[in-house]
Amino acid sequence: MIDLSVDYLGIPLKNPLVASSSPLCTSIDNIKKMEDEQIAAVVLQSLFEEQVILEQRELDTGLLQGTEHFAEALTYLPDFGTYRFASSGYLEQIRKAKEAVDIPIIGSLNGISTGGWIKYAKEIQDAGADALELNLYYLPTRPDISSQQVENNYVELVKEVTSRIRIPAAIKISFFLSSIPDTVSKFADSGASAVVLFNRFYQPDLNLDSLNVVPNLKLSTSDELRLRIRWIAILYNKMNIDLAITGGVHTSLDVLKGIASGAKVTMMTSAFLLNGIPYAGAVLEGVSQWLERNDYKSIRSFQGVLNQASVENPEAYERANYMQVLGSYNT
Amino acid sequence: MAEYMTSDGNEAAAHVAYRVNEVIAIYPITPSSPMGELADQWAAEERKNIWGSVPLVVEMQSEGGAAGAVHGSLQRGALTTTFTASQGLLLMIPNMFKIAGELNAAVIHVAARTIATHALSIFCDHSDIMAARSTGFAILSSSSVQEAHDFALISQLASLKTRVPFLHFFDGFRTSHEISKFELISDDQIKTLIDNKLVIAHRERALSPDNPFIRGTSQNPDIFFQARESVNPFYNYCPEIVENVMVQFGKLTKREYHLFEYFGSPDAERVIILMGSSQQTAEETVQYLNGKGEKVGCIKARLYRPFSVSHFLKVIPSTVRKIAVLDRTKEPGSIGEPLYLDVVSAINQAYAANRVDLGSMPFITGGRYGLSSKEFTPPMVKAVFDELSKDKPQNNFTIGINDDVSGKSLQYDTGIVMEPTDQISAVFYGYGSDGTVSANKNTLKIIGTETDYFVQGYFVYDSMKAGSVTVSHLRFSHKPIKSSYRIFHSVFVACHQFSFVERIPVLETALQGATFLLNCPYSTDTVWNKLPKTVQKTIIEKKLRVFVIDAYSIAKELGLGNRINTIMQICFLGLSEIMSISVAKEKVKEYIRKSYGRHGDSIVNKNIAAVDQALKHLNELPYPEEITGSIDMRKVVPNDAPEFVKACTSRMIAGQGDELPVSAFDPDGRFPSGTTRYMKRNITGEMPVWDPDVCIQCGRCSLACPHAVVRAKMFHTARLAGAPQSFKSVPLKRRGYDGYSYSIAISPDDCTGCRLCVVVCPAKNKTDPKLKALNMQPQPPIRERENENWRFFISLPESDRTGLNFNRIQDVQFLEPLFEFSGACAGCGETPYVTLLSRLFGERAIIANATGCSSIYGGNEPATPWAANRQGRGPAWSNSLFEDNAEFGFGFRIAVDKEFNYAKELLQKLAPGIGEELVNSLIEAPRKTEKDISDQRNRIDILRSKLNKIDNPAAKDLFSLCDVFVKKSIWLLGGDGWAYDIGFGGLDHVMALGKDVNILVLDTEVYSNTGGQMSKATPLGAVAKFAARGKRTPKKDLVMMAMTYGSVYVARIALGADGNQALKAFNEAEAFDGSSLIVAYCPCIGQGYNLSNGMEQQKRAVQSGYWPLLRYNPDLRKEGKNPLQLDSSPPSIPLEHYIYNETRYKMLQRSLPGEAAQLLKRASDEVKMRYGWYKYWAAMKMEDGV
Repeated sequence: MIDLSVDYLGIPLKNPLVASSSPLCTSIDNIKKMEDEQIAAVVLQSLFEEQVILEQRELDTGLLQGTEHFAEALTYLPDFGTYRFASSGYLEQIRKAKEAVDIPIIGSLNGISTGGWIKYAKEIQDAGADALELNLYYLPTRPDISSQQVENNYVELVKEVTSRIRIPAAIKISFFLSSIPDTVSKFADSGASAVVLFNRFYQPDLNLDSLNVVPNLKLSTSDELRLRIRWIAILYNKMNIDLAITGGVHTSLDVLKGIASGAKVTMMTSAFLLNGIPYAGAVLEGVSQWLERNDYKSIRSFQGVLNQASVENPEAYERANYMQVLGSYNT
Repeated sequence: MAEYMTSDGNEAAAHVAYRVNEVIAIYPITPSSPMGELADQWAAEERKNIWGSVPLVVEMQSEGGAAGAVHGSLQRGALTTTFTASQGLLLMIPNMFKIAGELNAAVIHVAARTIATHALSIFCDHSDIMAARSTGFAILSSSSVQEAHDFALISQLASLKTRVPFLHFFDGFRTSHEISKFELISDDQIKTLIDNKLVIAHRERALSPDNPFIRGTSQNPDIFFQARESVNPFYNYCPEIVENVMVQFGKLTKREYHLFEYFGSPDAERVIILMGSSQQTAEETVQYLNGKGEKVGCIKARLYRPFSVSHFLKVIPSTVRKIAVLDRTKEPGSIGEPLYLDVVSAINQAYAANRVDLGSMPFITGGRYGLSSKEFTPPMVKAVFDELSKDKPQNNFTIGINDDVSGKSLQYDTGIVMEPTDQISAVFYGYGSDGTVSANKNTLKIIGTETDYFVQGYFVYDSMKAGSVTVSHLRFSHKPIKSSYRIFHSVFVACHQFSFVERIPVLETALQGATFLLNCPYSTDTVWNKLPKTVQKTIIEKKLRVFVIDAYSIAKELGLGNRINTIMQICFLGLSEIMSISVAKEKVKEYIRKSYGRHGDSIVNKNIAAVDQALKHLNELPYPEEITGSIDMRKVVPNDAPEFVKACTSRMIAGQGDELPVSAFDPDGRFPSGTTRYMKRNITGEMPVWDPDVCIQCGRCSLACPHAVVRAKMFHTARLAGAPQSFKSVPLKRRGYDGYSYSIAISPDDCTGCRLCVVVCPAKNKTDPKLKALNMQPQPPIRERENENWRFFISLPESDRTGLNFNRIQDVQFLEPLFEFSGACAGCGETPYVTLLSRLFGERAIIANATGCSSIYGGNEPATPWAANRQGRGPAWSNSLFEDNAEFGFGFRIAVDKEFNYAKELLQKLAPGIGEELVNSLIEAPRKTEKDISDQRNRIDILRSKLNKIDNPAAKDLFSLCDVFVKKSIWLLGGDGWAYDIGFGGLDHVMALGKDVNILVLDTEVYSNTGGQMSKATPLGAVAKFAARGKRTPKKDLVMMAMTYGSVYVARIALGADGNQALKAFNEAEAFDGSSLIVAYCPCIGQGYNLSNGMEQQKRAVQSGYWPLLRYNPDLRKEGKNPLQLDSSPPSIPLEHYIYNETRYKMLQRSLPGEAAQLLKRASDEVKMRYGWYKYWAAMKMEDGV
């Protein structure tokens, strides 16, 4: 029996397969199914601070517009309820999920203001989440804000949040950082317990008939995994922080590649959307069988075997590999 | 320990009524609606009455229905009440006779309001109360907010003791909406005063099969009279019982009342008698005059029915020589108004019975005042006393107006200041949308609760629903405030909108040395010369202290949008020094958390930031000692306006309507059409600008515009001679129109900035796709230019209607709108349909308009949007009442039919002199198309010229009638409150009669005009007042009900989803020779979303299957076709993609998500079912019996 257990964020997990943040996780029934299918932990869908602010503003506007304007109709809607916004529903979901399953529930937060990040982080902790994933999703569009400023802001934010909560925090980052090792190292020094590579920015498309920019959701493929394993391998063992992969994990081999590069856990969503939650069982079975065939007694013994330091040619993960790849194309 | 509340008369009365009743059946009507709404809110919050139970609150379909439900509930032994006013009270009268005749203990609370006569008025007088005085109800009058609270209980106690039902009334708006500090009656006090044995006795009189009897028999001449007289003892004892209850109440609460009270000099020679809030003003004036040595006094009448002669006589000083009785009502044809007649009768009876010691009988005069909330001020009171000083004081006088027709009005001196000098009076001018009123209400609550000041707030709103000017009158005093009139002399004036200074005399009330707070977008360096000369002059002469702040910039920076309320509130509190500013800030923050906490912490935080920031940006304005500006006050109307507009409308627009004399008005209530075009309100900061190079000339913008501000014309290019340089036009894209140009113009001074035209525009700029053919731009820099363009555009000729296809939007855009620049909300969903109707049929339309939003924006003075074309023809419009609109409009139909028949008879009689051919063509020519109508008008012209040459009575008669040969388009117009509820009986009957009337129901799915109460049109799951937890029953399907007649043309339309289908419906309805019903989907502010998305929401309503578009045309049967055509596709989006864009649904999801989910499921099933029915019906074949 192969031991697939790992620990991630200081939390013992039965295996390295985690359901990543997605709309699938809005349903308690789905979360129960995930546990039944042996998924080790669940990252809930993100709570977006601007969504909460937008909802509050919409409600306030909707209730107050036209009031005290016309003598016969000083108000239009009965306004005396207690209203719940995305955050209340989210916290309720955490509570219900914790009641429903034993596997760890990780909250996911996407804030826009430092105050908002801290407030919601604490609320997620108090609702019972086992850990928190901070989704750093800022798309810089202004030329007057330097990359240094952006990255400094990230680090400051991580420091502020982690200093105010007890539960471990994982930082989900995008690929678009000037020096990933530098930033991740600073995250580690700031109190982050893990870093999750990489966020997928959904790229909008253009509708030429209507001359509109339209949302366009494309699920990931295994091809996207390679970017992630490269960086996990580069980061492995260089700093005191757990590494996790999200994006491009579709098969048992993808899970194994992720672990081999040095990740503690691999996170899956697109594959569940395409194949259903029960697919997790097949993936884990495939991981076990591969490890057994190749004489690994546990997943821990396989972790990081192909990190940058461990391979014969570390340059494979660096720039020289680029030349090799191009050269291989000609032949 | 005494507990106080700072609120208005409605809440004060409802606060007691709710606690001492078990059942509350209501129907909303201004100004009483808030009482029912509060009862409903408290019931939803599960607040209990004094017996520990939550009253059952139900909204009925009309006041008649509410009265019936009240009667039934009383008969079944429940303690029951209702709240109403005006016409609502009149509709209750038949049941009131029954309730009183059966000796049911109950109280009806009334916010007294004018009854509609020559016009409707939502404001105060006692005509409604007086119309009900013969019902047998006792009538108790409150004159203040405290009294409204106290008498709500006193009337209940008295009614239980006497078994006489009570009408408890207080003045609409003046008391019902006045904010004041009052002492609360506690539950314990109520329980002490209410004798539960009487409650049980009331219950024991109930109809019960366990103790059966019958009531409500039919009686004959042998016994009715005697049985009717059997109630006499109850009425005889009633006054004394009421007095005893008042004494008992006074012992417990220390607030003493009597049936009649005297205030003034103990040896008064001149006395006035009145009821209602004016008593307070009279008392204040008497105090002032007594101080000057005048021997005057006033009698406050509280219990009007039963009128107790003995209690009345007790309070009259024996020295009285002259009495003036002031009535706040008018009874034309009577020798005096009701209270006057009662007083004369009382004194006459007393003298006849030798029961008084007054020496010779006093001289008694009667007068009228205060109709429709006309101000009643201390100078007016003094004028009445001065009149009494004369040897022969005038009888049947009026005070407060200038009656130059019957010469009945007394003159009064407006220059005397009699207001108490120890009061702090402040006046605030704001826009409805900027939060000024809610800020002031909050200020009153804070100061009323946190200090020992007495407070008073009275709020005046203009009659517009967009860009409404609000004026708040606030008073603060260490003594109870009796001034029941607007502020005429203030120590503080705030103007929250800079544009007001050039059109409203905001400083007219400012006293010498007063403080003036001005919100303006200018710095202290530049603002002085932006002020009009007259404003500078006033500031200098009155030595005002002026403070300025750019509140909009601060609000924008803080993310508050255009809500400047918190900022301006802090400025007032800082400058007025009524309380310490640090305490004030803390209290304001507390109130922010309390008021907005439910809306989310981001909202609270922004407002709290505003509290902290406001004073940092407030600066005192230094100013010179001379006038240095060059700006004049804006002209109210242009010089070329018609005479009536210059003489009257302009005065009303300028807020000087009070000064207009009686002779200014037509005695039958008529007003000229087309006067809104002179208002030019200039209320928008942004307006759409047309890019002709992008425009595809589709016409959708002009159809979507709620205010007929965006217009299109086609004209011969030669007409461009003399056009302003900035005037834009392009070649017309229309076959057969070479040499023609196309232009779109927008009126900057009439635009409300709703953006609907931009949103519906389908054309995108190919090089910059965020731009369209219409794009919003800041209005002030381009206002002058666009006004010039507009004036030129209007001078261009209108298109020939006979050449246009009325079924195509591209053609209909060129039809002149005869409904323009109404006071409807920005983005109103109703008015595009109304404007469309006016374009299609306006020049021969007669419109009966139910009371509701459409009658307010359609007919609320000072100006009307219904206009005439250049030929002088246009819609003839009238509003009768709410419940009778279908019947009223039906009356137009039958009158026109009769006229036509009679004209036909005359024509035939005069045929030899006129010519058979002309006679036959007049009678038989088709009257369907515009060409038909144009030809018929030509024939009428010929007929007229022939009739002029025939000298006999029949010819003269026919001459006066011959316009009837042009087909009249009769429209019954109104909202869902009318069509689905109160007017449904009449509507149904009119449809059944099958005459040629067209009915347009503007369905906002809620009672929009009175503030969003539920109607039977409100959908399942939507929140509305009286459906706070979401409506639990499906929307009434009026369309399907009408279709079941089989003989009525029926259509369901949504302009934003399919404009062409809407056009077809209008045209087919008009062409159909029978009753036609069109139900139109109307976005509304009561639905809770930005109305610039209104057209998109209409699309989603249709796409979700919720609002299937259809036309049911009985004429199709003649062609062997199914009359029902389903014009929209099966549902393609889930219902939640439509409804959850609206606060009325979303708020339930946020407050009760479980219930919202259940209601969504039910509503989705309902949509599927209903669409399925229509689909099935539409697919039926003729042979299946469709």
